[in-house]
Amino acid sequence: MKLRRSLLYVPGNMPGMLQNIPVFEADGVMIDLEDAVPLQEKDAARLLSRNFLRFYQNRNKEMFVRINPLDTPYAAADLREILPALPDGIRLPKADNPEIVERLDTLLTEQEEKLNLEIGHFKIIPSIESAQGVLNCVETAKASNRIVALAFGAEDYTASMEIDRTKTGEELFSARTRVVWAAKAAGVQVIDTIFSDVNDMDALRAETTLVKRLGFTGKSLVNPRQIEVVHDVFRPTPEEIENAVEVMEAIKRAREMGTGVISLRGKMVDAPVVTRAARTLRAAVAFGMIEYTLSDEVIHGEK
Amino acid sequence: MAKNSLGREIPAQWRGRTLDPYVDPWNKKPEVLRATRPLVRRSPGDSKLLPSLRAALDKCELRNGMNISTHHHLRNGDLLLNLLVKELDAMGLRDMGIASSSVHAVHAEIIPYIRKGVITRIETGVNGLIGEMVSKGELKCDIIVRSHGGRARSLVTGEVEVDAAFIAAPCCDITGNMNGVHGPSACGSLGYAYTDARYAKKVIAVTDNLVRYPAAPISISQSDVDYVVQIESLGDPRKIVSTTTRITRDPAGLLIAKYAAEVIEASGLLKDGFSFQTGAGGTSLAVADNIRRKMTEGHIKGSFGCGGITGYFVDMLEQGYFETLFDVQCFDLKAVDSIRRNAGHREISADLYASPFNRGSVVNMLDCVILGATEVDVNFNVNVNTESSGYLLHNTGGHCDTAAGAKLAIVVAPSIRGRLPIVRDAVTTVTTPGETVDVIVTERGICLAEKHADLRRELIRRNLPVKDIHQFHEEITQITGTPRPVEFEDDIVALIEYRDGSIIDVVRRVRE
Repeated sequence: MKLRRSLLYVPGNMPGMLQNIPVFEADGVMIDLEDAVPLQEKDAARLLSRNFLRFYQNRNKEMFVRINPLDTPYAAADLREILPALPDGIRLPKADNPEIVERLDTLLTEQEEKLNLEIGHFKIIPSIESAQGVLNCVETAKASNRIVALAFGAEDYTASMEIDRTKTGEELFSARTRVVWAAKAAGVQVIDTIFSDVNDMDALRAETTLVKRLGFTGKSLVNPRQIEVVHDVFRPTPEEIENAVEVMEAIKRAREMGTGVISLRGKMVDAPVVTRAARTLRAAVAFGMIEYTLSDEVIHGEK
Repeated sequence: MAKNSLGREIPAQWRGRTLDPYVDPWNKKPEVLRATRPLVRRSPGDSKLLPSLRAALDKCELRNGMNISTHHHLRNGDLLLNLLVKELDAMGLRDMGIASSSVHAVHAEIIPYIRKGVITRIETGVNGLIGEMVSKGELKCDIIVRSHGGRARSLVTGEVEVDAAFIAAPCCDITGNMNGVHGPSACGSLGYAYTDARYAKKVIAVTDNLVRYPAAPISISQSDVDYVVQIESLGDPRKIVSTTTRITRDPAGLLIAKYAAEVIEASGLLKDGFSFQTGAGGTSLAVADNIRRKMTEGHIKGSFGCGGITGYFVDMLEQGYFETLFDVQCFDLKAVDSIRRNAGHREISADLYASPFNRGSVVNMLDCVILGATEVDVNFNVNVNTESSGYLLHNTGGHCDTAAGAKLAIVVAPSIRGRLPIVRDAVTTVTTPGETVDVIVTERGICLAEKHADLRRELIRRNLPVKDIHQFHEEITQITGTPRPVEFEDDIVALIEYRDGSIIDVVRRVRE
């Protein structure tokens, strides 16, 4: 599974910002054709983004495009222009119910056939960003095999709830929890909403720490300066890494002995413990904190 | 016309001066004694006080073809040079040279006097309009661009004779003791003026803050000063120092700063005794911020910071990151305040700071310097004087001095500026030779001089984006395209003097 701790929005109508995409260390970028782009620049943004994606061949991060909602007149043109430039996937705004995701799935399949791509090439990250979306997200998360993560969008969500968004985010707690449940139940990742005050790094850190604790696996970002804080929060601690390495070594010994359970300093090491350790180690490797080769056979046992 | 060692075409002579083409940064040796100035006897009761600038100019017995100087600590708030040039004109003097430590945008007021023939030479670099007009051929004025160290050298060796130095003194007494730390025009360090005080034929202190004897502290002393003139105002305080200098918020600039700090750490220089210079730009300050964090984490105590001093460096001094600041120029009010009250914040002369021809300058003790660039090339040569337009727009400052002195000279710049690639096949103008430049850091990659194989390995080990400069050049031009080269006429409008006095490049008139 790919790391998606940081998904950075870049406005599709800003060439200066598009050309800087390769240099920032976000796990993924979402080129925005929706809210960041004024109506009179929708077509320019589409062309600029398409050309940038074509140019950006040796990609060092995942590239998603946030298209306009499917019920607007812009979405069809967005997909038509963007998909031939081969983004990794689509961030789908206003995914209020599973049918919307299914519609996008069909459109993507059509394009994949036209472009001679493997079916399923384009991934989907549905945005859960309304009261209705939150209520339906359990089903939405399972609406397509293309879904790699659910994303929570607090700005539109609070608007739909007719409430204000606060820095501490108590008003988001239930919605966040439900989105995390939906994602975990469907076996996909889950990305938290943006934090819009780009100068308040302390509050960003607090919010990221909170959502990590709730189960989110990453966060949407509006400014490259936020990447470092978010990665820092999601970075495993040296103690966690050390413990994970010990777990892996222990389970390796267990597998050699033909069992899937072993005791490590008096604590039982079994499948869920190993899965957690593997996740920690994958993150540690991604952060460049250690060099470690994970083997599926050790994690899951020989089939 | 011969080529210097960097392949730049240098004429054998220019305006009557035989030119010495640049060979390398190290081997040119001084072959003269220090310049001298006449000794003078002043008896008790003799007054140095003169009623006006005109009276002082009269006393200097200036003739056509002579040089005057000022310092540029008042930067864009300076009124003195403009006043002096007007007086020179009123006195009917022509063919005069300006040998100030720098000329700023505010001095565009002297353009009419250049047209009139009052001023025909500027013995220092220029910032702004004068350089642009000279580059376009719209203004005739011979310019010799010198670094801070190079200018000090040229006065000490007598290559440049200053016939009258007018030193703006924010605080001064009737005998000429002066400092820059008190008064309405306080600018902090008077570092550039020290050399003038020692070597000019006549030294005139000009002040808007005449205090009772003795003015203290004494930066430049009464024993060097011939006359004292009181005028209403030396400058516009709002433009003398900026109130704040700030860390960049540009994400690309911050990334550059992060990489630069990583390079410094990886070099092994960041340990107890670390010495550092960085500029006042937003990215340079961000490098300092990163370095400060790394020093905190590693419990590292540095020795000194130097160059132009900002509030940021003052904080580092006060918080114990450095023991000493060597200050040739204060960039903001916080620095001015600090130099006034903190004994660890030392005022130093440009000679001590950066001259190649003394018995060793401060830059030789620098571990690391962060430098800017308008362009760099695949041979690591750096341009800060001209822009890709070909116009001479910026003075050298301490660029080539610190690059030569520091163990690690790091150029930080965005990879694309104004749609142009920062790396070129050859820079328009060489300010600083590639031999003295170690690392070029951009947001898209880090390029290292070949000699740094160990550092290269270490940076790769740390997963930093190390790139071969040719490959990097290609990568950037894929984005920007190859810019059409600027075309030049044959005539030379300015010399770029290397710090040792050899000619590293010339600036030719741009074909419009």
